[in-house]
Amino acid sequence: MKYQKIVMFIFILFTITNCSETNGLFGKSGADGDPFANISQSSLDYFSNEIGDTILFKVNQSVIEPEYRDVLNSQASWIKEKSISSITIEGHADEQGTREYNLALGARRATAVRNYLVSQGIPESNLSVVTYGKERPLRICSEESCWSKNRRAITIIEGSNS
Amino acid sequence: MVFFLSSTFVNKGLSQANVPELDIDVTEGVVEPIPIAFPNFITRDFSSSLIASEISKIVKNDLLKTSLFRFITENTYISDVTSIDSPVRFADWRAINSDLLLVGNVSIINETITIKFRLWDVVGQNEIFKGVQFQGPSNSVRRIAHKISDLIYSGVTGEGNYFDTRIAFISERGPKNNRTKRLAIMDQDGANLNFLTNSDSIVLAPRFSPDARKILYTSYETGKPRVYLLNLVTGNLRSFPQLPGMTFAPRFSPDGKKIILSITDNGNTDIYTLNLENNSKKRLTKNVAIDTAPSFSPDGKFIVFESDRGGNQQIYVMPSNGGSAKRISFGNGRYGTPVWSPRGDMIAFTKMHKGNFHIGVMRKDGSQERLLTKAFIDEGPTWAPNGRIIMFFRETAGVNGAPSLYTIEVTGRNLRKIELSSFASDPSWSPLLN
Repeated sequence: MKYQKIVMFIFILFTITNCSETNGLFGKSGADGDPFANISQSSLDYFSNEIGDTILFKVNQSVIEPEYRDVLNSQASWIKEKSISSITIEGHADEQGTREYNLALGARRATAVRNYLVSQGIPESNLSVVTYGKERPLRICSEESCWSKNRRAITIIEGSNS
Repeated sequence: MVFFLSSTFVNKGLSQANVPELDIDVTEGVVEPIPIAFPNFITRDFSSSLIASEISKIVKNDLLKTSLFRFITENTYISDVTSIDSPVRFADWRAINSDLLLVGNVSIINETITIKFRLWDVVGQNEIFKGVQFQGPSNSVRRIAHKISDLIYSGVTGEGNYFDTRIAFISERGPKNNRTKRLAIMDQDGANLNFLTNSDSIVLAPRFSPDARKILYTSYETGKPRVYLLNLVTGNLRSFPQLPGMTFAPRFSPDGKKIILSITDNGNTDIYTLNLENNSKKRLTKNVAIDTAPSFSPDGKFIVFESDRGGNQQIYVMPSNGGSAKRISFGNGRYGTPVWSPRGDMIAFTKMHKGNFHIGVMRKDGSQERLLTKAFIDEGPTWAPNGRIIMFFRETAGVNGAPSLYTIEVTGRNLRKIELSSFASDPSWSPLLN
């Protein structure tokens, strides 16, 4: 399973390089005054789906696993390239914990991602964090296959300046 | 958006010394329910009889739920009760194996209900309390009934009252991955349900003030979890902009003058108090661990909380001004959500072990741990004001999994689900109403 992920991310990195040089995916669109003025929906979709806006965590952990560094590196590159100035990191936990602890755990996860992005050159003032604890599960079965997808941090693009 | 409600109630109780002849010990295991005869309250007119039967129904429901009482069928009664002041023919009540006899009369004049009642110990042939009278407006039927239940319960068991109380909780609707949550309040028996917020923002974990007139809770109204203080009487909603970061897990101090809560700033969660009168903030824990779910001892001298400073989630106790904390949970598994009993003797908690959740209790030094429940998720205990009963929420597993409220006695007996029309979590049991 882990190997599959790694292979997938390498593939994504390859496509980023290709796309950004050759096609119009990142073309400017949108009305003036719109915070998303220079980020098209297709561009946001690209960020979410191709780069990957989500990384996963082990049970009760907030350490960024090595396999996700490439995802976060790509996030950082894209954010810098698009001059994104408002980013929110959401931290989440699975249902196998108490409500308050999971809020604190989600905050740890979101902050770990924030700190990593800062280390990659994103200004800290452009990043905010929010924890949802176990309030917003992505998958709803009560098995590890769902829990593993719910222990996550999501990078949400809120807007850009330039 | 916040709604509010208020209630008025006139209480003219004339309670006298309680001398429980018939002593039920609710601290021990299985108890055989006490047979009680409860003839219809005496009434003079139709409107009084309607009120009387409503009160009877509520009292019976309260007492049956304790599993300590059973009501003797009326068609076996030998004696008629025509006045609460006439001598009791004890032999007639013993003949039908009754241990207790409750008699009363109800009148309603100018929208004011007056109820007088007496509880007799048929075995000892004496009164458990004499000539108690309650008076209240016609909309106070339920509160009058709960006060009667409290007198009977405390008179017979020697334990404190708990029926005239309310529950604040989170009412939940919708699928598991798109739940809406609303702050709600109801009577202890599920009646008089009112919503205090709409479903626009996630709301979590309401907590009553010691005077039962205010509620602390956490809301995502601004997009982040933040603590709010709602005054139930005035409807005033107070926020705490002076606190940084994300704030949650609030509770009142026993004197109601401070709140204790968790603040998450820069990824780290610690415990703080905030003085509600002068807004001064005090940090009680300072380390990289998660310190949360704080709860004061009833004397205000100590704080019990959970922390993963030792590697995983465990329960600690520290002085109320901070200082060195002592770990008190040492069993297998993880421990969270500690709540100090109103009596001060015990701490209720959530325990996670081998894929199950438990509600448990331990003494305040961590000794004598007992697990009361076991389920996929049992979480968030709250104490009845008499320290004998714990309410919590149980969440079922799977894609249709959802939470409901339950009560259990501290003995581990009498697990009961509170039937509601929506999912429900995060209960907070109010102190006794006045």
